[in-house]
Amino acid sequence: MTSGEPLLQVRDLVQEFTVRDRGGVKGGTVHAVSGVCFDVWPGETLGIVGETGSGKSTLARSIVQAPRPKSGAVLFRGADLVALRGSALLRARRHVQMVFQDPFGSLDPKWRVRDIVAEPLIAYRAGDRAARRRRVDQVLDLVGLDPSSHGGRHPRELSGGQAQRVAIARAVALSPALVICDEPVSSLDVLIQAQVLALFERLRAELGLSYLFIAHDLALVKQVSDRVAVMYLGKLCEVGPGEAVYRQPLHPYTRALLDSIPSPDPAAARAATIIGGEPPSPIHPPSGCRFRTRCPRAAERCAAEEPALRELAAGHSVACHFPLGETQR
Amino acid sequence: MTDSLLEVEDLKVTFPVRGRELRAVGGVSYSVCAGQTLAIVGESGSGKTVSARAVMGLLPASAVVTGSARFQGAQLIGLTDDRLRQYRGADIAMVFQDPTRSLNPTMRIGSQIAEAVRAHRRVTKAQAREQVTELLRLVRMPVPERRYVEYPHQLSGGMRQRVMIAIALACRPKLLIADEATTALDVTTQAQIMELLLELQAELGMALMLISHDLGLAASYADEVIVMYAGRIVEQAPASRLFTRVRMPYTQALFEAIPRLERPAHAPLPVIGGRPPDLAALPAGCSFAPRCRSAADDCLAAEPPLAEHEPGHRWACWHPCGAGDGDAA
Repeated sequence: MTSGEPLLQVRDLVQEFTVRDRGGVKGGTVHAVSGVCFDVWPGETLGIVGETGSGKSTLARSIVQAPRPKSGAVLFRGADLVALRGSALLRARRHVQMVFQDPFGSLDPKWRVRDIVAEPLIAYRAGDRAARRRRVDQVLDLVGLDPSSHGGRHPRELSGGQAQRVAIARAVALSPALVICDEPVSSLDVLIQAQVLALFERLRAELGLSYLFIAHDLALVKQVSDRVAVMYLGKLCEVGPGEAVYRQPLHPYTRALLDSIPSPDPAAARAATIIGGEPPSPIHPPSGCRFRTRCPRAAERCAAEEPALRELAAGHSVACHFPLGETQR
Repeated sequence: MTDSLLEVEDLKVTFPVRGRELRAVGGVSYSVCAGQTLAIVGESGSGKTVSARAVMGLLPASAVVTGSARFQGAQLIGLTDDRLRQYRGADIAMVFQDPTRSLNPTMRIGSQIAEAVRAHRRVTKAQAREQVTELLRLVRMPVPERRYVEYPHQLSGGMRQRVMIAIALACRPKLLIADEATTALDVTTQAQIMELLLELQAELGMALMLISHDLGLAASYADEVIVMYAGRIVEQAPASRLFTRVRMPYTQALFEAIPRLERPAHAPLPVIGGRPPDLAALPAGCSFAPRCRSAADDCLAAEPPLAEHEPGHRWACWHPCGAGDGDAA
């Protein structure tokens, strides 16, 4: 899996937004993404978990330069998307596609399914009309839709699961190398969710795709990801192989996330301690470690000094001054 | 479980839609006992919310509701709004999914809770204010005195849901219905709110009805679980029993579809095809038969009745899992 060069290298990515008060006076800066670094290897799925406001969606959009990040580098196959402009950026970005949470929000209600899926092909002038038509049929078939019956429909004539399949067909039409999925199954019922997840897994195997799989549900992310990164208030606090993050979490926030997942087995004891409080505002993030205001292990050092992401075990890194040891697990 | 607080019998709800009859709820019976936590689980369109709203008299006028719902012996179905109001908000209270839409954005938090206090009891302004502060303290709101004068937009999602719970508890209801009350919240906040609900239930001795799409959450927090599909109850059992001795293949499918941390990355997901039936054109036999792995000819011919096959365990299936031919399938 991890051979050769990484497909995507994200380096010190920073994205900030200015919020304005009444009258256009600068009200503050939202520190949405604050220095995020990670790699995605060919054929790998990297899962990113975070709660509302953790900056995970902003991170996804910054990678595809929509909008451009404030600083940092996004190297896709060695080319820095942040530095590229115009047609050079378009060419480089062709092999990075996105799938969003709400399929009805991301599909034009006035377009037919066939035209929606053909749009990226037209935008990149891929083949002639007949070739595009064949490709649309092919990808609709690939995602489990019938080109002859579903192809002519409008999004409103589809169920949520079918609409998400259309969004996936559109994303894979140009044979991308990387698909960024931002909460791709959160709006679906659990059985439909399983169907769509199985589709993502099949496409990964059949097309050799890499995914950046972003979601709030750690259990779901772990199920489809080789490695998992945990994000809190604009920063990564832990990155590692999914199994290691689950079996031996190093960051107290990861532990809290794991403890908060309700188990369907009533015999499994509910976590004795539930983490209190809520994430602070990204306009005024805490000094030092951003999690310290809710952390049961926080000490003076956590306020004074920002913990850097450091590797404690093979491929397993944590940004914490006092990581959880084997005994405290 | 001795005295039942709410007894629902053969409740049916239909909506006329473009000349057709949409059967949202097709004859459900259940009871809620004092101090009990009952969960009603189902996917979108399963009738879980409609059946609760029918009991509360909160459906649009076009809905045709038949059957019986007795609260401490008194019939609720067919009551005028004025008469229902004696119960609604007083003895039976409800918390909804989206606290942002349930709260008035232009009213201070304190006034909104006071409104609920004064709707059912004659109290002076000073007394109301005192009770509001007490309610805010009851729902573990940090700095309740300050929250009193704040507006909903100044609070986080979790705190807004605490305000909704405070409003629901204003008259110390005997039954609290939480309709997807934690669905819009982050997982750590969800754990906080669920713990709060269970603590309050123990403190105030109320019955709790959890309506949720999340079987994991239901199994984790409820005493008793009802599973609904296409407007009918398909299985009901104590939470502990349901997990170990699931009978209805639909419930089994729901359990299997829950993302599990224990599952290794890229493990094949158990997938059930298809989607729930059109409620205006229900099949003759079992509604789940077209998607069911153990379906046979008899499943398509006749609808299996919901019966108590084992003490405390009801299911509606001709070929249940873990019993005879159900195993072979």
